[in-house]
Amino acid sequence: MPSRSLATRPAPALAMRIVVLGVGNILLSDEGLGVRIVERLPLSYSLPPEVELIDGGTCGMEMLENLEGLDALIMIDAIRAGKPPGTPIRLADTAVPVFFKTKLSPHQIGLCDVLATLAMLGRAPRHTTILGLQPQSLALGMELSSAVEAGMPKLLHMLVEELAMLGISASPLAGEPA
Amino acid sequence: MSQRVTIDPVTRIEGHLRVDVEVDGGKVKKAWASGQMWRGVENILIGRDPRDAWAITQRICGVCTTVHAIASVRAVENALQLELPVNAQYIRNMIILAHAVHDHIVHFYHLSALDWVDVTSALKADPGKAASLAESLSNWSGNSKAEYTKVKERLGGFVGTGQLGIFTNGYWGHPAMKLPPEVNLIAVAHYLQALEVQRHANKVVSILGGKTPHIQNVAVGGVANALAIDSQSVLTVERLLAVKEWIDQLSDFVKNVYLIDVAVVGGFYPEWTTIGRGIVDYISMPDIPLDGKNTQFALPGGHIAGGDLASFKEIKTHNDPYFKDGVSESVKHSWYEGGKGPLHPYQGETRPQYTDFQDNGKYSWLKSPTFYEKPMQVGPLPRVLGMVAAGHQPTIGYATHTLELVSSVAKTKVGIDALHSTIGRHAARAVGCAVQVDELARQWDLLLASMAKGDLKTFNKPAFPKGEISGVGIHEAPRGVLSHWIVINDGKIRNYQCVVPTTWNAAPRNEKDEPGAYEACLAGTPVAIPDQPLEVLRTVHSFDPCLACAVHVVDQEKQPVVKVKAA
Repeated sequence: MPSRSLATRPAPALAMRIVVLGVGNILLSDEGLGVRIVERLPLSYSLPPEVELIDGGTCGMEMLENLEGLDALIMIDAIRAGKPPGTPIRLADTAVPVFFKTKLSPHQIGLCDVLATLAMLGRAPRHTTILGLQPQSLALGMELSSAVEAGMPKLLHMLVEELAMLGISASPLAGEPA
Repeated sequence: MSQRVTIDPVTRIEGHLRVDVEVDGGKVKKAWASGQMWRGVENILIGRDPRDAWAITQRICGVCTTVHAIASVRAVENALQLELPVNAQYIRNMIILAHAVHDHIVHFYHLSALDWVDVTSALKADPGKAASLAESLSNWSGNSKAEYTKVKERLGGFVGTGQLGIFTNGYWGHPAMKLPPEVNLIAVAHYLQALEVQRHANKVVSILGGKTPHIQNVAVGGVANALAIDSQSVLTVERLLAVKEWIDQLSDFVKNVYLIDVAVVGGFYPEWTTIGRGIVDYISMPDIPLDGKNTQFALPGGHIAGGDLASFKEIKTHNDPYFKDGVSESVKHSWYEGGKGPLHPYQGETRPQYTDFQDNGKYSWLKSPTFYEKPMQVGPLPRVLGMVAAGHQPTIGYATHTLELVSSVAKTKVGIDALHSTIGRHAARAVGCAVQVDELARQWDLLLASMAKGDLKTFNKPAFPKGEISGVGIHEAPRGVLSHWIVINDGKIRNYQCVVPTTWNAAPRNEKDEPGAYEACLAGTPVAIPDQPLEVLRTVHSFDPCLACAVHVVDQEKQPVVKVKAA
């Protein structure tokens, strides 16, 4: 073990890094929409290497390394905001802590812990955005509800626009609508 | 007058734990452990291809992804009586062991140490004294005065902003906190260092498993890793050398930091060697198979009755009928349709029937498993005691060494009986972790030796017969015995039941109304301040509940986690 400690180690110098993190439990229908987006994005778009797609499921500490020192983190999740099912929702920078505090998402604890740890280490993402849809059903099952399924193209589009705002161009693959 | 304390944190999606205790005269008289979410994953699996089950069961839980993948493929392989290439076993074993080491380090430092360590007290520590103490116990490179000074400064800045972040909601200043400031500072420094070290374990899983947090390399019949001596795209010797380096770094930390910290904390809390004894009927299973047929194992397991190591009955294989025939589950106190008495997992039924929380009736989504009709404790303590009883020398060595260190800190002789306790479960976890990290290195050696002989095989293709077959996949997971029970008909899943470690430990009362392990271990736990039930959390957290009782991170302003009322 090198003796460099966390307290003293500087953040590593890296090229621009962006993570698109899909979270949720795919066994609970709409709960898994974040994971489904991460599965679908590369089927429709080609992405430059600085963007990493992660299927985070309901995991926590295992993701510490993947999420440290990012230029931007885009998290995709089911978001309970009292809107009609399938409505796209975007929460940016200052709204993010509120998202965690008010428990709009049912599985934020592990991830919340990871982000708090990164904040303590001074290696939190420079920008964090949460995108998602209002879920319709969190029942046991591996399919999305019809309302959320209908909202998925909008969410995918929103994600591509979010990347564009960060200067990342996602090119549509042949045969897919932009 | 007695008081009823309910701890009901909203936590991870895999279902959270509610604990109710009735406190009278400053002690827990009665306890109830309740799983607050229905885990009906078994029903999703029915009708599916058994080869797909592992990828689905991996999603049951965000903490134990790999263990469910392993138990699931083992269940199908057991049903098919499929022999595996030995390389597949070595690769799986390394994933299993690296995951376990990761899990234990994170559990101790990041999920439960703050039950014992007062972070704010560390600000009063003298870094020089902390360094002298730490250096007298270990040659770990991160124990210098300079290091402790930096950690203290960093912590001071952090506390000064009023944003404790991950340290929010600790019971700081609670009268049950007993560590001197210097020990608290050492623990906080090691907490931070453990964040660094845990990545090494994660990297091992990631390289071997293809991806993390959800591994992708497992398959019914072996693993999907192509082995090669020189190719770029597969698991090469070069990559394996990187894996070895991470294993060595984990080994250094586990033996020179984790094991010592646990012993020191234990030495300062000697009263906790007599609290949390509860159920001392233990069960563990052999794991880390050394052959393709699962008949020889590196780490032994078995059954201990009444806490008496002399009663140890070794369970030699995963097909041992002593285990398979002994397990049944009761739903008398669970929110399922019942009336048939305890059922063997092959006959298990999962039909929800929610009532509400009834103290003497149904009150949990967990079933109540028993072994020959007795409730059991599973986990690191049963595992370590089983290995000691089986004469496993490395375990005996680490256990003896740890107890000697505890004795020297406590300035009194602390023997193996002290392990039947709340703090004993932490000690056993650390001892087990040291054994696991050594075994991880040995599995690496075995894989390389096998490759050097020219054996690069990692997969045997399964073939499903017509008609019905059944099998059980056993895994001695970080939290204890995990079993997946599968019935396959014409190549499709007909029934699937997961009996998970936390189900054994957090079980509600059984068919005979006897309490489960948490419930029994909580009885007698002191509670100084009912609305700050730190002592209750210590005992519950000592099991590393997977229905994470994550009160350290719940924002209490918004969501009170503790309710106290007169009973």
